[in-house]
Amino acid sequence: MAFWSAIILPFLLCALVSVGFFITKSQNLLQTPPMFLWIEYSAVILAPMGSLILPMLVVFVAYSVNSIEHKADTWKTLFSLPISKLSVYAAKYLYAFFLIFLCLALFVLFTVGFGNLLGTVRPQLQFGQYSMAGLLAKLYFKLFLSSLGILSIQFLLSLLFRDFLKPMGIGFICVITGIILAGNSWHYAYLFPYSHPMITIKTLTDGNHHSISTPAGLPVIEVVLFTKEVFVSLVVSVIVFISGYFIVLKKSVK
Amino acid sequence: MVISTEGLTFNFGSQTVVKSLNLRVPEGSIYGFLGPNGAGKTTTIKLLMNLLKTQHGSIHIFEKELQSNRIEILSQIGSLIEQPAIYLHLTGKENLLNRALLLEIPAKRVDEMLDLVHLKDAANKKAGQYSLGMKQRLGIGLALLSDPKLLLLDEPTNGLDPNGIIEVRELLIKLVTKHQKTVFVSSHLLAEVERMATHVGIINHGELLFQGSIEELQALNQPLVQIEVESTVDAANFLKRNNIEVAEVNDHQLFIPYADKKQMGELNALLNKNGFTVYSINKQQKDLEKLFLAITQNA
Repeated sequence: MAFWSAIILPFLLCALVSVGFFITKSQNLLQTPPMFLWIEYSAVILAPMGSLILPMLVVFVAYSVNSIEHKADTWKTLFSLPISKLSVYAAKYLYAFFLIFLCLALFVLFTVGFGNLLGTVRPQLQFGQYSMAGLLAKLYFKLFLSSLGILSIQFLLSLLFRDFLKPMGIGFICVITGIILAGNSWHYAYLFPYSHPMITIKTLTDGNHHSISTPAGLPVIEVVLFTKEVFVSLVVSVIVFISGYFIVLKKSVK
Repeated sequence: MVISTEGLTFNFGSQTVVKSLNLRVPEGSIYGFLGPNGAGKTTTIKLLMNLLKTQHGSIHIFEKELQSNRIEILSQIGSLIEQPAIYLHLTGKENLLNRALLLEIPAKRVDEMLDLVHLKDAANKKAGQYSLGMKQRLGIGLALLSDPKLLLLDEPTNGLDPNGIIEVRELLIKLVTKHQKTVFVSSHLLAEVERMATHVGIINHGELLFQGSIEELQALNQPLVQIEVESTVDAANFLKRNNIEVAEVNDHQLFIPYADKKQMGELNALLNKNGFTVYSINKQQKDLEKLFLAITQNA
């Protein structure tokens, strides 16, 4: 289920935005230069992604990867197989890791794909004259890195609690808190993992990125990958992952 | 000894679930681990599988210490703990294939297992639609997949119909006699264990009350003469007046400790001569069930 949601979500979202774009905005944007057109278009997808959808997706993926074992009552079997506990734990984690990566990679693919499709369907929209793929890939990769902190925390929660409410409830509350903190630009929000994706998006719209004017007069957008929130996210992710392993090692399987 | 534990103790909080257990499971045996519900059977099995951390005492399996040789030991054990752990969204065959992949076992072994547990026809059916008995059989198939030397089964016949119980029993006997496996099987049904076990351990409130071969258990058990007469109470009183010990009296029969065949004839003659018509008289091995109850209740 987590696998399919990781594929369907980007597809549906990009498709919906494209259709919406096609119907409502296409008239107003006919005069827009191709680069701004792309920015406008991908921003519609990016904004909800960073603030709500990505963190919730992470919470959900972490939950479903573990709940499959809770549901089938197979933890005890997994841990009684002649496989080291680290392998079981790491394999589970890597799968969740892979699903998030896949989902975000598909977002890049579908955003570019649907953008170009719009351009072909309605040639007046000059999508074809600017390529944003590289920039989008970099941006989504940064989002991916910034969501790893949440992934580790949620993964451990879902592993420890067998019910649905605890990990999902805690995750949801933290995501909301993260949005509020980042939304209010709290100075220390970068220390709270659940704020990281939102901050990543915000720094873009705030214009904190480096804009250098090229001779043609068009700004060049550059995404700085390793900002402090990405760094904190990575550190949290590694620490929680390692301490999670020791918890699993000590834990008795009921 | 395939399994030997020394002073194995386990507490859940302040409650002691397993008390200084000294298990001895010889190679090539079917060891019936008996006890009423909540006696500590499942906890013991989980300790043996290293799912629960040993708090006191030690466990040796295949003469090796469990903690330090965990993976090596586990690779020779197949287990079925409580209800079988099956992915319900996969078919029976996929469940086996999945496990084969994890354990790096050739896929051909999957078909052998399906055949062995009679699930060939249902191999491509979702395990969620399996009956309880089929799930149980699939669980046994999963446990046997890696061709382990030792099988740990926790109540494998739970929820099976009589046919299923017989099948499982015959399968286990076959594994031990033909494939030189050792089977450790827990149950709360003595009758079940009696029919297949070579060795028995009886546990209650976490304490091992009896351990030995099935013959030793039966030797504990004194045979009785069962006599059916019309008025059992009068007959019992009459026998007591004649200095004959009466073990038990109920509305229909009375029981006297068995000595030899001659004694049975004398009892028969004595009663008939004194106006107590004997309807039937026979030697009876005391029910193991009663023995089991006596052992577990005296503790």
